[in-house]
Amino acid sequence: MPEPAAPLTSIEAVFREERGRLLASLAGTFGDLDLAEDVTADAIEAALVRWPADGVPAKPGAWLLTTARRKAVDRLRRDRTYAARLAVMRVDARRAGLDGPAPAETPETELPDERLQLFFTCAHPALLDEDRIALTLRCLGGLTTAEVARAFLVPPATMAKRIVRAKRKIKENRIPFRVPRGDEWARRLPGVLQVVYSIFTEGYAASSGQHLQRADLAEEAIRLTRILHRLLPGEREVAGLLALLLLIHARREARCGESGEPVLLEEQDRGRWDRAMIEEGRALIRRALAGGPPGVYGVQAAIAALHDEAADVATTDWPQIVALYDVLLTITSSPVVAMNRAVAVAMRDGPEAGLVLLDELASEPRLRDYHPFAMARADLLHRLGRLPEAAQAYRRALELAGTEPERAHLRRRLEAVDREDN
Amino acid sequence: MKYLMLINTDAVDENGGAAECTVEDWMAYDKEVKEAGIWVSGESLADLVTATTVRVDENGTPTVTDGPFAESRELLGGFYVIDVPDLDVALDWAARCPGARGSGAVVVRPVADFGA
Repeated sequence: MPEPAAPLTSIEAVFREERGRLLASLAGTFGDLDLAEDVTADAIEAALVRWPADGVPAKPGAWLLTTARRKAVDRLRRDRTYAARLAVMRVDARRAGLDGPAPAETPETELPDERLQLFFTCAHPALLDEDRIALTLRCLGGLTTAEVARAFLVPPATMAKRIVRAKRKIKENRIPFRVPRGDEWARRLPGVLQVVYSIFTEGYAASSGQHLQRADLAEEAIRLTRILHRLLPGEREVAGLLALLLLIHARREARCGESGEPVLLEEQDRGRWDRAMIEEGRALIRRALAGGPPGVYGVQAAIAALHDEAADVATTDWPQIVALYDVLLTITSSPVVAMNRAVAVAMRDGPEAGLVLLDELASEPRLRDYHPFAMARADLLHRLGRLPEAAQAYRRALELAGTEPERAHLRRRLEAVDREDN
Repeated sequence: MKYLMLINTDAVDENGGAAECTVEDWMAYDKEVKEAGIWVSGESLADLVTATTVRVDENGTPTVTDGPFAESRELLGGFYVIDVPDLDVALDWAARCPGARGSGAVVVRPVADFGA
């Protein structure tokens, strides 16, 4: 009996690395993401038919790219519109060397790595935030639309619509497949990093659903950041972001209890932290913080490292953490950073001092409905023995928390306060 | 590729003109756009506040009404059509436009290409 055909997802997984590179290269050549996706799929399909029969070619990546390009040109020749004719001319010009030198081939896959321009296109400021994230996962993460939909807990049809909308905007507005230069580079790079960071935070602290963390998204974000870091070894904030993600992800096993409930930093079994990942992150911090003013990711990574290096909460270097938050507040005026600083001050100087700072932030619109803020207040009030107020704050956090494990955790805290109060 | 830049303003001076930029700013920008060879067309509107609307019903009868009376924030002050290679270049020209400053905003939209 013949083997059933492998589902498309696993085929895409085998060619995940190549797929991103092919897409980036073809989108750059033809200026059309849909066409690039179609012919990439065609080329991979051709490889699955030909390679088992003819053997794997000496340069599989180059074979895939040549095949995909030929299929794209075939399609464009059949299409008689002006745009198609223009695209064919661009390919011919490139082939004739009129368009500058071809990008350097990298030894590991002998496919050019032009993914950086695709990162910038997918994170273009003219696209909606949620579309940037979906498109980056689809094009560079190599996830299928169904997988992206599952990751964000939306129906596949909703996600498909989102991706179509983003691709149409790129096409109709002619958003270029190009790495920005000069001033624009500095303005646009943070947007690319923000997309990857958002993918990570959604994986690290899911905003809704049955599970507290979704490791697949966090790992995907780390994979994408590694690609960026390889392409941009000199960009300190890219090193900083990679360090930050590794230093947080190192605690993944310990931050989730047996029934999926969150385990606070002070209660985590630090023996279960991933030492190798912490070491890798710490080494990157040196690169992130040397040779220029500190960036937001570099400083946050330094804070994460101080937690990772401490044996427990009591011996954590809280004065240094407060000092780093002060530095961070000179770069960003985020109320969430101010909130985290207040919590660190509470650890350094006692709960009373932290609570004063938190209460000063209470009118911030971004914190009003932010459950970690209500939870931080509740914890400090609890430690100060102001139990009725603590209970009220836990109830507020309970109203706002998005995932079931978090709500269960808050209910237990609330019960503990209620018991002490009686 | 042609892009339409819609120049919006939310502040109007006593003569009904856009506040916050000087005539000199506009003249300099206009000169820049034309010298760059990207200018296709562009006008500034004489009266930012009043408008007249025409609708034709299914019998072909036109109705003319006064208005709409622009709310603040969305007053269309003028437009440019420019021809540039891609959106990033168009956005760059929009960012340099005096109408984008202060309380103003420039909306960039691609012009449909029906295969010229």
